[in-house]
Amino acid sequence: MSITEYFDLLFTDYTLRNISLGTAVLGIICGMLGSFAVLRKQSLLGDAISHAALPGIAVAFLITGAKDTNILLLGALVSGLIGAFWIRGMISKTHLKSDTALGLILSLFFGFGMMLLTYIQKQPNANQAGLDKYLFGQAATLVTSDVQLMVIVTGIALLVVLLFWKEFKLLLFDQDYTKTLGFNTKFIDILITFFIVLAIVIGLQTVGVVLMSAMLLAPAAAARQWTNTLATMVILAALIGGFSGVFGTAISATQNNLSTGPVIVLVASFFVVVSFVFSPTRGLLFKQIRLLKNRRDLQLKKTLQFMYGIAQTHENIDHPHTIRILNNFQGFTKKSLRKMEQNQWILLNKQQWSLTSKGFAEAQNLFNQQPQHE
Amino acid sequence: MTQKIAIQVDDLTVAYNYKPVLWDIDLVIPQGVLMAIVGPNGAGKSTLIKAVLGIIDPIAGSVAIFGKPYKKQRKLVAYVPQKGSVDWDFPTTALDVVMMGTYGSLGWIKRPGQKQKKAALEALEKVDMLSFKSRQISQLSGGQQQRIFLARALVQNASIYFMDEPFQGVDASTEIAIINILKELRKAGKTVVVVHHDLQTVPEYFDWVTFLNVKKIATGAVKDIFNDDNLTKTYGINYKVAVNK
Repeated sequence: MSITEYFDLLFTDYTLRNISLGTAVLGIICGMLGSFAVLRKQSLLGDAISHAALPGIAVAFLITGAKDTNILLLGALVSGLIGAFWIRGMISKTHLKSDTALGLILSLFFGFGMMLLTYIQKQPNANQAGLDKYLFGQAATLVTSDVQLMVIVTGIALLVVLLFWKEFKLLLFDQDYTKTLGFNTKFIDILITFFIVLAIVIGLQTVGVVLMSAMLLAPAAAARQWTNTLATMVILAALIGGFSGVFGTAISATQNNLSTGPVIVLVASFFVVVSFVFSPTRGLLFKQIRLLKNRRDLQLKKTLQFMYGIAQTHENIDHPHTIRILNNFQGFTKKSLRKMEQNQWILLNKQQWSLTSKGFAEAQNLFNQQPQHE
Repeated sequence: MTQKIAIQVDDLTVAYNYKPVLWDIDLVIPQGVLMAIVGPNGAGKSTLIKAVLGIIDPIAGSVAIFGKPYKKQRKLVAYVPQKGSVDWDFPTTALDVVMMGTYGSLGWIKRPGQKQKKAALEALEKVDMLSFKSRQISQLSGGQQQRIFLARALVQNASIYFMDEPFQGVDASTEIAIINILKELRKAGKTVVVVHHDLQTVPEYFDWVTFLNVKKIATGAVKDIFNDDNLTKTYGINYKVAVNK
């Protein structure tokens, strides 16, 4: 299947439409809430929570004996929340640093989950097969009701983000100050954490426990490179997440044996790389270009400053001087002199140069200038 | 004295784990003073402010603002945290940070509107930062960031201001700008409490002082109690002798 065929089928084929819609919505909610996680410096929280959700799935299966997605995800939600609040408690009540607490909970819950999964696989229950899809995700198993659930959860998350936007921003920037303004920081914190857990849980079926944190972090990290306002960052992260979902699905649908979850994560990571290199303000490429340009500019200005010093000793500033007079100053070349002429700082006449009034003013104001980059 | 009492702290004790950081602090701060809290590193100066503001839970003690518990008087109190306590790479602008000062009076969910924006712009003007209003906060110098924090507190239009080392790492012109604003606040009858490090400037900037070193050493008017005896008790060395050696 080619990419064009994919987009033709997108509107007619039931499975393909489900998967594309599901991954797009998942990308949107993860990008949106992932921005908050990244700005709170809780990037690894997502990883710990998604791993902590695994035993919940296994326990839910053991109790009900059935593979109803909603019930399994409910189990994941409960155990994810237990993990998340256990981490919170550990950080606030003990001397452990947050990375230690995250690592501990992650491995403890994941180990317990894996133990239960192996136990379940040895059971004589015909239903058991396929639980391991929650490890790496299997987008192909998405059915309409799953996608509906994703859309509803994303809608609620969006509503909550819009309602509590001001409170979220305040808490993200300055938690102590938030408290002194009379807001219940614990409530805001729990609200954010709850929705991050929810986003992770609805992504488990598609992307899986192991890669889920990338869905949260990659779009947010990419979006941060392009903007300096929170609203734009959140919207951009949601868009990047959504696009990664659709493109990832398209790529995996048009190739044989490419599983969807990892491809989506790779597409999102591609966005990260592109953003880190090409962002106009924070990107590595333009930073380097700006650095080189500034250096060249400064070299020109140094030469200009030298000329200014000479011109000052004469009554009329446009008095011509021979170029040879610059020889004991190393910073100029033929090319740089021509560049200065282009800037209308100097006039060149055979082997002589003279300062223009524009060049004189430029040299005079060299140290009074405001930086150009806002 | 007929002066009203702005802040009254009784028996305030704070401990991290087993180590007491503040021990049985009693403090009465009259309205309309500009007060410095001085003491060595680890004396609990910031902790005192944070405990008064409820950011840290004390083990014991109570705080009254104009005679009523602090929780009921929150809107009368503004806070300027240490500049280093937040991440200045946060994606937002100077104006937006100052607007945060209006969030408390807005309460839950309600969005800031034109009225709040106008107040924020006025506060930016007061700290001489109006031309930087759309600047991303990471692009501001340390002194400018401190001014933004001050403007955010000014927007709250409070009666009492708590400031945690507002002069830390700022240049001379910012320091003068800030102290002039603080003196203006005092003139307007506000009470200002400042954690301060530079002992040289205490008599010049402040009219009230509290010496703190886990316990309260002394509190009162600068002209009465800012002396060698209290400095020695607080810092454990004879301050003037040590400086002039």
